Amino acid sequence: MIPEDICNLIKARFPDAIEATVLDAARPYVQIKAESLVEVATFLRDDPSLRFNLLRSISSIDLLADNKLACAYDMMHVPTENRGDLLTTTRSFALRVVTDRDDPVIPSLAGVWRAADWHEREAFDLMGIRFSDHPDLRRILCPDDWVGHPLRKDYEFPLEYHGIPATTEYGLTNPRH
Amino acid sequence: MAETTFESTPDLLLDHDRVEQGDLQTEELLVNMGPQHPSTHGVLRIVLRTDGEMVLEAEPHIGYLHRCAEKIGESVQPYQYIPYTDRMDYIAGMNNNQAFAIAIERLCGVEVPERAKRIRVIMAELNRIASHLVALGTYGLDMGAFTPFTWCFREREMILDLFEAACGARLTYSYITVGGVHDDLPDGWVERCEEFLDFFEPKIVDYNNLLSFNHIFVKRTATVGVITAEDALAFGLTGAALRATGVRWDLRKVTPYDGYEDYDFDIPIGQDGGIDGVPRGVVTGDCWSRYYVRILEMTQSVRIMRQALKRLEEGPIEAKKVKGIKLPADEVYVEIENPRGQLGFYVQGDGSAIPARVKARGPSFCNLAITSHTCRDILLADVPAIIGSLDVVLGEVDR
Repeated sequence: MIPEDICNLIKARFPDAIEATVLDAARPYVQIKAESLVEVATFLRDDPSLRFNLLRSISSIDLLADNKLACAYDMMHVPTENRGDLLTTTRSFALRVVTDRDDPVIPSLAGVWRAADWHEREAFDLMGIRFSDHPDLRRILCPDDWVGHPLRKDYEFPLEYHGIPATTEYGLTNPRH
Repeated sequence: MAETTFESTPDLLLDHDRVEQGDLQTEELLVNMGPQHPSTHGVLRIVLRTDGEMVLEAEPHIGYLHRCAEKIGESVQPYQYIPYTDRMDYIAGMNNNQAFAIAIERLCGVEVPERAKRIRVIMAELNRIASHLVALGTYGLDMGAFTPFTWCFREREMILDLFEAACGARLTYSYITVGGVHDDLPDGWVERCEEFLDFFEPKIVDYNNLLSFNHIFVKRTATVGVITAEDALAFGLTGAALRATGVRWDLRKVTPYDGYEDYDFDIPIGQDGGIDGVPRGVVTGDCWSRYYVRILEMTQSVRIMRQALKRLEEGPIEAKKVKGIKLPADEVYVEIENPRGQLGFYVQGDGSAIPARVKARGPSFCNLAITSHTCRDILLADVPAIIGSLDVVLGEVDR
């Protein structure tokens, strides 16, 4: 099933959910509204012709120029009906949700795919996106008392942490800024 | 004193003054397993809520090795980022190099020469064997068997020698680069590799005799930590952990990369005990299945390598003009089959030579997420059995 068909299925079921579509790229995706994310994701997981049962990754993206943050969801279908057969067919799909940079809130998908739990904690930790209705939204990689979200483009590296100096003679300026 | 004999003990009933009530009562206790613990395979801390020997709840705490490798990816060019990828999963450096290289190649439309693809497959499979040897050896160690560890590391040492001959490094190779491989194979390397395969293949039988079918080992791992296929997929488990649940799923077959479609090999899966030499008592998806899938995969890796070595032809090993290549304003998400599962890289370009975003989807990170679900109402001694069978590398969990 090509991404266009999947996009049309979503369009037919949720006419107002889609904000933008990028279908002829290396990684086709559909950008949907944050408020319809959970129902679209549940549809993608449960629809008999789609059955995206494996959430591969949630990548948080900083769109500094537009003052937005985004989350990219990559999913895949793993057939489980004829268990034991060699599986060589699959389909994959990707969603994107864009949220406001100053108050970034996206509904959690932990209730749809349990794998989303840790991925969302990571996105919260490193990018500062808050996931509403997440069962346990805490930092996962950085210490609990860490300040700021390192993957944001305007993140300033702290000069000390609990008395440990963190500057180097090489400087820590990112060549992009 | 002389009056106290064994005959007098029947008078000592439970309501006697000398018997203290409550000796055997237990209470809930929070126990830190790690961050420094031999069977956490790295710096992993698991907080266990225990009641006597029972573990009621286990919660992994990660991040002790966090270096924010993804941030580094946003400040260096892709070929400079290759050395950071093999410091994520330092047991399988080649496979990590390969994943990132393929992601950049797909993004920029770089065509990899035929010989480079063959060398990549040889190195990836060799590293898969080396990685599985570490997994099997240390798993035996967790279960109290020391000898398999020394045997596994003896063979792994030979693989590291082969790697050293090809690229100079024994652990962090940075050998597979964007557009091909870094160096051509030295003279006589192919023969040495074939010699190793001839030596190694019979050793797998030894591992089976020594550890796989060892009665104590089977008792410790069979029916322990059973994961169903549905749970595995819901939690995003991939690799041997998913195949052990009976799903014949491998990206080398499903979405072939670097010419895997040319090779003839099987995908082993876990199955119930009693047939095909699998010991009685084994259940699909338990710790023993996850362990044994790795043993079977090593045989398949040898098969793939023999074919690749035979088809190795002279030719260029690197695509032209890949250093300093401009990344188009586009994005890719590429996954390959790492020894531990599906390793994915999401790379976003913005027209410059430096990526705007690099995100690594580590199989260890996703596989470890199921711990708190599986380590519930089990015996304390089963916790190392479950963690070890998932075969996580903490360098990649924390990135």
